[in-house]
Amino acid sequence: MKKLFYSQKLAPYVFIFPFVITVLVFWIAPIGNGVLLSFQDVLKDRWVGFDNYSRLLTDKIFFKAVWNSIKYMVGTLILLIPFPMLFATLLNNKMLKGAGFFKSIYFLPALTSVVVGGTIFRLMFGESSFSLFNQVIGFFGKSPIKWLKGANTTYFALLLLACWRWTGVNILYFLAGLQNISTDLYEAASIDGASKWQQFRKISLPLLKPTTVYVLTISIYAGLSMFLESTMLFKGNNSPNNIGLTIVGYLYRQGVEKRAMGYACAVGIILLIIVMMVNVLQLKLTGTFKKEEK
Amino acid sequence: MGHKGMKSKNQKSKMEIWLSTILFVILAILILLPIWLLFIASFKPGGDLLQYGLNLELNIDRMSLDNFVLLFKGQHEYWTWFFNSIFLTAVTVISTLAVSAFVGYGFAAYDFKGKNILFIIVLLILSIPLEVVMLPLYKQMSVMKLMDNYIAIVLPFMAHASTIFFFRQYLLGIPKSLMEAGRIDGATEYGIFLKLIVPIMKPAFSAMAILNGMNAWNNYLWPLLVVRSSDKYTLTLGLNTLINPYGDNYSLLISGSLFSIIPIFLLFICFQKYFIEGMTAGAVKG
Repeated sequence: MKKLFYSQKLAPYVFIFPFVITVLVFWIAPIGNGVLLSFQDVLKDRWVGFDNYSRLLTDKIFFKAVWNSIKYMVGTLILLIPFPMLFATLLNNKMLKGAGFFKSIYFLPALTSVVVGGTIFRLMFGESSFSLFNQVIGFFGKSPIKWLKGANTTYFALLLLACWRWTGVNILYFLAGLQNISTDLYEAASIDGASKWQQFRKISLPLLKPTTVYVLTISIYAGLSMFLESTMLFKGNNSPNNIGLTIVGYLYRQGVEKRAMGYACAVGIILLIIVMMVNVLQLKLTGTFKKEEK
Repeated sequence: MGHKGMKSKNQKSKMEIWLSTILFVILAILILLPIWLLFIASFKPGGDLLQYGLNLELNIDRMSLDNFVLLFKGQHEYWTWFFNSIFLTAVTVISTLAVSAFVGYGFAAYDFKGKNILFIIVLLILSIPLEVVMLPLYKQMSVMKLMDNYIAIVLPFMAHASTIFFFRQYLLGIPKSLMEAGRIDGATEYGIFLKLIVPIMKPAFSAMAILNGMNAWNNYLWPLLVVRSSDKYTLTLGLNTLINPYGDNYSLLISGSLFSIIPIFLLFICFQKYFIEGMTAGAVKG
C-alpha cells in the first residue's frame, strides 16, 4: 500500500486529489442542487416544474437586472482592456524613470476593499453641492446633480469605480505579458523602419493575445457577477427604480431577503448559462478553440 | 544625413518619454485622489461627511484627531473585526497556496489518464462566478453544520482554480530533468515537490500571496452569508454595519476604513519585489 502511494503511477492522482474533491463537493454538488431547487417551491416543499423559469421570463425587474449587468460588463470591457494595454505598452519602456513607482500607485485601489472604495465613491457622488463631483461640474457652471438617482449618472459612477479599482491590476497583467515578448523582435522591426504604432499592431497585439483572452475571461466573469459595487453606492440592495440592480443583486434579493430559494436558484442557473454563452462566444471569436484542436 | 536622422530620432524618443511621464503622473494623481479625500476626511467630523460628502476642502479649524482617538480608545468592536480579518486572511493565503501549488504541480509535472478533462474543468470553474452556486452551497454548509464557522469560508476555496492555473503555467517552464535528477537521488515524488520545486516557486508564491491576500482581506458576500455572530465579523462586514438606517457612525467608518488599507498594503510592499517577476513567469502563454 505504502509502496503504491509512492509510485510514479499513483502520485499524479494524489497531487490532484484535493482539486477533484473540491470540484465534487463544492461545485458539482451545489450546481446539481441548484438545478433541482430551481424546479421547486422550497418554502412549500413541492415540485413546480418549469414554473420558476416561466415566471422569470415575464419578470420585468429580472430583465432590468440582466440588462444592467450586461451593460456594466460591456462598459468595463471597453474601458478596462484597451487603456490598460496602452498604458502597459508605454510603461514597458526601459528609459522611463519611476515605472516601478507608478505600478505600485496604480495597484493601490485594488488593495482597498469594495466596501471602502464604494463608500468613498458614494460620498464623492453625494447630492450636496459640496460633494466632489458636484463641485467639479459647478466649476463649469452647472448646478448640482443627484448622481445616484439617474440611470446614466449611476452607470457613469459604477464604471468610474471599476476603472479606479482595476486599471492598475490589468496594467500588471499586460506588463507581465509584454515582458515575455523578446526585445529582439522590436529591435529588428525598428531597424526595418517600423513606427511605434506598427510595432504595437504587428508585434505586441498578436503576441499579447493569450493575456488578452485571459483578461477578457475574468472581466466577463467579474462584470456579469457584479453586486457589491452597486450595493455600496446605494447603501443596500435597493436603488431608485432599480437602476443599480444586477443579476446577483436580484438573486440575493429573492434568495436571502425574500427567502424564495427556488426562484433565486433559477436566477443562478440563468446567470450560469449567460456566463457560459458569453465565454464560449468570446473564445470562438478570439479563435482559442481552434488552437486547442491543433 | 544619416547622422541628422539619428539625432531627430533621439529627440523623438525623448519627447515620447516626456509625454508618457506626464500621462503617468496625471493618471497617478487621479488614482490617488479618492484615497487622498479619504485621508483628509479622516480628520474632519463624521457629521460633515454625512452632510457634505467627500471633497477637497482643507479647513484646518475643523480638523482634529478625534476620529483616530475614537478608533483607538472608543467602545466598539473594530479591533475584533480587524484581527479576525488578519487571522482569516493568513489562514486563507497559507492554505490556498499550499493546496493549489500541490495540485498545480500535479498538472504541470505528470501525464496521466483524465488529465485533459480535469484541466478543462479547471478552466471552466475559473470562469464560473461563485454567486451561481452561492445559495445551494449555503444550504449545503448548514447541513454540514459549518454555519458561523470560518471553515466554511476557507475550505471550499483551498483548491482554487485560478491559483492552480497560475502555478501550472509557472511550473511548465521548469525542466523535467530537475525531477529526473531528484528521482536518481532517491527522492520520492512528494519529496521532489517539497525539496526541489517549492524552493524555486518563490516568485509565484509571492504573486499569488498578493492576489489571494487581497481577495481574502476584501471578501464580503460569502462571509456575509456564513458568519452570524458579530464577534466573528471580518473588517468588511463590520465596517458595513457602521452605515445603517438606524444611525451612521461615519467617524469610526472613515478612520477605520483608512486603517483597513494598511495591513494589505504592507503585504503588497513585502512581496512586491517578486510580484511582477512571478506574474511574468506565470503569465498566460500561447
